[in-house]
Amino acid sequence: MTALSEAGAAVSPGAPRAIRRSPYPGWFFLPAALIYGILFLVPTLASLYFSLTRWTLFNSTFIGLDNFAQFFREPFLIQGLVNTVIYAVVTSGLKVVLGMMLALLLTSAVMARGYLRSVVFFPVLVSTVGVGITFTVLMHPTQGMINETLALFGIKGPGWLVDPKLALLSVALVDVWKGVGLATVIYIAGIVAIPKDYYEAARIDGATKWQNFLYVTLPLSRPATATVITLSFIGGLRTFDLIWAMTRGGPGFSSDTIASVIYKQYQAGFYGLSTAGNVVLFVLIAILVVPLTMLLNRRQGHE
Amino acid sequence: MTKLSSRLIGVAAILVSAVVFLVPFAFIIITAFKDKQQAALLDFTWPNGFHLWSNIVEVVTTRNWMMVTAFINSTILTVASVTLLVIFAAMVGFVLARRKTRFNGLIEFLILAGLMIPPAVVPTIWLLQGIGLFGKLHGLILIEVAYGLPFSIILYRAFIATIPRELDEAAIIDGARPLDVFFRVILPLLWPVTVTNIVVQSVGVFNDFTNPLYYLPGNANATVQLTLYNFQSQFNTSYNLLFTNILLITIPPLLVFLFFNRHIVAGMTAGAVKG
Repeated sequence: MTALSEAGAAVSPGAPRAIRRSPYPGWFFLPAALIYGILFLVPTLASLYFSLTRWTLFNSTFIGLDNFAQFFREPFLIQGLVNTVIYAVVTSGLKVVLGMMLALLLTSAVMARGYLRSVVFFPVLVSTVGVGITFTVLMHPTQGMINETLALFGIKGPGWLVDPKLALLSVALVDVWKGVGLATVIYIAGIVAIPKDYYEAARIDGATKWQNFLYVTLPLSRPATATVITLSFIGGLRTFDLIWAMTRGGPGFSSDTIASVIYKQYQAGFYGLSTAGNVVLFVLIAILVVPLTMLLNRRQGHE
Repeated sequence: MTKLSSRLIGVAAILVSAVVFLVPFAFIIITAFKDKQQAALLDFTWPNGFHLWSNIVEVVTTRNWMMVTAFINSTILTVASVTLLVIFAAMVGFVLARRKTRFNGLIEFLILAGLMIPPAVVPTIWLLQGIGLFGKLHGLILIEVAYGLPFSIILYRAFIATIPRELDEAAIIDGARPLDVFFRVILPLLWPVTVTNIVVQSVGVFNDFTNPLYYLPGNANATVQLTLYNFQSQFNTSYNLLFTNILLITIPPLLVFLFFNRHIVAGMTAGAVKG
C-alpha cells in the first residue's frame, strides 16, 4: 500500500490514474537475466560440482579432488598451465609495447596515416582460423615464405612451428600480429584524449620529445594501458582457436594451453577432467587478473 | 632537417607495414588464383593462369554444397543473435543506468564475471542436452546472446547515462507508458551505440569458431569458420582450395570494415579513455 501511494505521488498532481508504474520497469532485466542465468551461470556453478566427479554426461561418480590432483601430476597438463601463463604474458606485453609505439607514430604528423591505421587494424576483424592457417603455411620450415625470405639474406630460418621450443612463441607472435591493431586504436583514443595544455606547459618548460613522452603521454595514457593489458591478458589466458588452427598443441604437448587441454579431454571423453580444466582456468584468471586490475587502477588514483 | 627525417620515418612505416600486414593477405589472394600444382609450392609468385573461378566452384560444391549451408547458417546465427543482443542489452542498460537499487552492485559484478570467466564447456553441453538445445542452431543463438550480453550492456549503460533524464520525465508527463518511454523515446536516441553494437558483435559471432565447434557439431550444421576446419584435412594438398575458402570467408568482415570502420573502432575503444 505504501509503495502504491509513493508511486502515485511521483505522478503529476491531479492525474486520474492513481497507480502509475515506474518508467524503469524491473522486468526489463528478465530476458537478459534468463538467458545469461541459464546458459552461463548455471553451467559455471555446475562446473564446480562436476569437476569433482568422474562423469559420462549421464551419470557422475563423486571422486573428490582426484581430477585436480591429476591436473597437477601429469607433466603434460602442468606444461599446459605454464604455457598458458607464458602465452598471456608474451602476447599482452608485446601488444602494450608495439601498440604504444604504433599509436605514437599514428598520432604524429606521419604521412599516409589513414592507410597505416587501416592496415594495422584490419587483421583484428579477420577470422582467427583463417589467419592461423595462413601463417602455418607462411611458417613452413623449408617451403614457407618467411624462411625462404630469410634464406635470401643467408639466414637459416628456424622451424617455427615444428621446433618444440619455439612453437608456442610462434603462435604468440601471430596472435600479436592479429591483435596489435586493437591495442593501437585503444592507445590512439587514450592519447588523443590528453588535453593539449599539458604539452603546452611542457613546451614552455623546455621539455624534449623524450621528456614529453615520459612525463606526459605515458602517465596520462595509463587508462588505455590498463585496458590493453586487461583485455589482452584475459584473451591470452583463454586462447584456443589460434593454437588449435596452427599446432593443435603440438609438437607433442609443447604448445598446449589449458583451453586446448580442455578440448582434448572433452574429445577423449574425460568430461570430469575437462571440467576440472575449466575450473583451473577460471581460478587462474581470478588470481592473476583481479590483482592486476586493482594494481593498474590504484596507480592511476595516485596521479 | 626534421621534415626530412619525418619523411623517412613515414616511408619506412609504409614499407614495413606493407611487408608485415599486406603480404599475408596478398599471399591468400594469389594462392586462391593458382592451380593445385603451383599452389603446392607455397611460393609468393604470380599465378600461371586464372583459376580463381574454378577454385570457387570446387570449394562451394564440395561435400554437397556445404559452403552454402554454412553461409546460410552463419547468416541466421549472426542476424538472430545480434538482434536479440541489441534489444535485451539496451533494456538492461536503460534500467541499470536509470534506477538505483541495491541489486545494481550484484548486476555489475555479474557483468564483470561474464567478461572474465571462461564458459564451462562440458556442463554447458550437459545443460543444452537437458533442455533439448544441443546441436541446434537456436541453441547456439542463445549461447551467443548469453556470452555477448556483458559487453553490449556496458556499451549501452555508458551511453544511456549521457542522455538527460528530463527526456523520460517529459515523455511521462505527456502520458507515455513505460514501454513507450523506452521504445519510442530512448531506443531511437541510442542509434549510434546500437550501430556500434551491431557491427562489433556481428564480426565476433561471424568469426566465432570455438562455440560452434563445441555446441553445434555435425556437417549439416557447419558454420563458415568450421568449413575451414573441416576442409583443412580434406584440402591438405590442395592449398589453392584452402586459400580460396579463406578468401571467401574474409569477404564479409572486409565489407564491414569498409563501411563501418569508424563504428568498430568507437566500440572497441569504449572505456579506454575513462578507464
